[in-house]
Amino acid sequence: MNMAEFFLNDLTQTVLVFLALGGLFGLLLGYASIRFKVEGDPIVEQINALLPQTQCGQCSHPGCRPYAEAIAQGEAINKCPPGGEDTIHRLADLLGVDPQPLDGEHGIEKPKTVAFIREAECIGCTKCIQACPVDAILGAAKLMHTVIAQECTGCDLCVEPCPVDCIDMIEVTTNIKTWGWEAPQNDGIIATDRMSGKAA
Amino acid sequence: MNSAEYTFHGGIRPVEHKEDSNTTPIEMAPIPPMLVLPLQQHIGSAAQACVNTGEYVYKGQLIAQAADANGANVHASSSGHVVAIEPRLIAHPSGMQDTCVVIETDGLDAAIDASGYPNWQNLDRTELCNIVRWSGIVGLGGAGFPTDRKLNAKNIKTLVINGTECEPYITADDLCMRERAEAIIRGCEILKHIVGADSVIVGIEDNKPEAIESMGKAMPSSPDWKLVTFPTKYPSGGEKQLIEILTGRQVPRGGLPADIGIVCQNVGTALAVKEAIEDGKPLISRITTFTGQALSRRGNLEVRLGTPVSYLLDYMGYTEQKVPRLIMGGPMMGFILPDAGVPIVKTTNCILAPDSAELPLPKPAQPCIRCGFCAEACPATLLPQQLFWHSKSGNSDQLEKHALSDCIECGVCSYVCPSSIPLVQYFRAAKHEIRTHRAQQLQAEKALERFEARQQRLEREALEREATRAARKAAAKAKAEESSRFADEADPVQAAIERAKAKKARLIQQNQPGAQQNAETALQNLKAKLASQQSSLQQAEVDGKGDKIITALHASVSRLEQQIAESNTEASSQDAEK
Repeated sequence: MNMAEFFLNDLTQTVLVFLALGGLFGLLLGYASIRFKVEGDPIVEQINALLPQTQCGQCSHPGCRPYAEAIAQGEAINKCPPGGEDTIHRLADLLGVDPQPLDGEHGIEKPKTVAFIREAECIGCTKCIQACPVDAILGAAKLMHTVIAQECTGCDLCVEPCPVDCIDMIEVTTNIKTWGWEAPQNDGIIATDRMSGKAA
Repeated sequence: MNSAEYTFHGGIRPVEHKEDSNTTPIEMAPIPPMLVLPLQQHIGSAAQACVNTGEYVYKGQLIAQAADANGANVHASSSGHVVAIEPRLIAHPSGMQDTCVVIETDGLDAAIDASGYPNWQNLDRTELCNIVRWSGIVGLGGAGFPTDRKLNAKNIKTLVINGTECEPYITADDLCMRERAEAIIRGCEILKHIVGADSVIVGIEDNKPEAIESMGKAMPSSPDWKLVTFPTKYPSGGEKQLIEILTGRQVPRGGLPADIGIVCQNVGTALAVKEAIEDGKPLISRITTFTGQALSRRGNLEVRLGTPVSYLLDYMGYTEQKVPRLIMGGPMMGFILPDAGVPIVKTTNCILAPDSAELPLPKPAQPCIRCGFCAEACPATLLPQQLFWHSKSGNSDQLEKHALSDCIECGVCSYVCPSSIPLVQYFRAAKHEIRTHRAQQLQAEKALERFEARQQRLEREALEREATRAARKAAAKAKAEESSRFADEADPVQAAIERAKAKKARLIQQNQPGAQQNAETALQNLKAKLASQQSSLQQAEVDGKGDKIITALHASVSRLEQQIAESNTEASSQDAEK
């Protein structure tokens, strides 16, 4: 067969067309991977967004982002006591893994607290100010310190360094502003569930 | 009078029970011995007390000032002494306490001097708005949104006046319209003037013929004013539902009526605005329905805000029930009062005291049978069934997708549910859950921001420290260099060595040929010195001076003679060398 016949051959044409298409898409993908390159690891951002940002270090990482990075590397998701079960479930949903119970080694889930400085006892050493990861303590050397309650994440980190032990962690209680309706309770899935208690 | 052309989706027609309380005229409630005025009586933020314990206050005196734009002023509703400003149980479904100003009344009901602006047409909209704000007026229909906030809206075409009162049992607006139509219309005129609306539509359900008649009579006969009646259906009184009935338009999701050029006000609010502006009377009383089979007298009372409910129940002849249940609001949207001692507030349109037969306790919930009645009845066109599943599983994403936030909590779904599932309670809980979660997320975001700012600050400080350390080091080095150069020039030891060297060089130079002349001069000098010393010695001997001086002079003379002799031998040897 001569050259013209070779190029007019159906099979050759098909092969050539697909080769051309392959090359074209290859170029397109190559360009896209450069043009739309994602900076950083997006999963770390997503994990970090689920963590409570208390920056307490109870997970034995120096802050929430390092822990998020560690989780992205495959570390256990149950090391965050401030986030508690809720955060574990959200992380499990995000990462497609089974939720585990909170690891007791890193602490237990406690109700949210806010630091409170007994101001009369404060000696103004600034140790708690240096310890606060979110700059929620106000004060200066040899002057009284106080906690900005709205900014406090309740991480406990200021309690330890205080030389006169004048910091209390006060539990945040529900007030009339934060109160909300509760879902109805004792709602059995089937009618006999409800009756069983009485019948027995 | 027109009939409405439109209607809204769903809705129910519960037994009305309106005739229980709408047959007697509005009665003025007596002054209670104690008034308890909560600092927050509406949606928004609490006011700040501006009176002190022990102070005497007059009726109409400002006792708490709004702290921000969402706040509302609170005024004393009768005269007396402030005996306490303390947390008291208030009318709130939580059954919690909130700060209240407690006034022990003196029965004089002495009012402060107040005069209104009967010629309010001369005032501009901002001034009128400020009067409304000062008077502490909030929406009296139920929710209690600060009225001046609504009136500040721009580009309003239509003012809708809500005289629907769709909830069973409540007749406060009905009676108000029957008896005070003139004043309500005056209020509407003021509101129209403030918002700059072109037209006014008053909407009343057709189960209030007397109210429709009296409002029709009071209304100006102008094409801008329309009185529209429509069939009784719950919840036509919902703001969005009423707007749809009257105009056929829907308020966009998440939006306000102002977005489609409409402001909606309750008739009671219109009356309060009229009294505030024309009579200078702040919001210190309201009309409240007292109804239910547990009361021997049922009707509407004009009550001072802060009057304890228990006082008014006694006044209306309340018989204590086995299972006492007092409901504030109507049977659909009201809530059970934690205690009869709580005070009447701005949003209290009804106190319902049923006996046990009248409003039986809800039946236990049965499983959902997927009948879909709730979806048919929902006035917000939601799918309560889907919302129910997602609320139970706590799936907030799905809840948001199904527009839970559009739920007006009217209770229609729970009412129609054949399995008596308390749907609305699930939705309220889910809404609260979502709100709490969002607040937590917001807090987390804020904490992250602060944490990052702190990290940046620490890094910056470390860099600055590093920089100052480097600068100090450089400075020290420069100084050291400087001082070493200075030492080269001025070191005394070095200078002495230099000098010695120079002297030595000079001496060497003296020993060079050509220095002979110098040597001769030195010899002559020595001879001259010897001569002077010899004459001094002779003089000393003549004068008879001390032996010491004479001996010294002798030694000096002999030394000089020796030196001269040495010089001579040196010179002669040099000569010999030559």
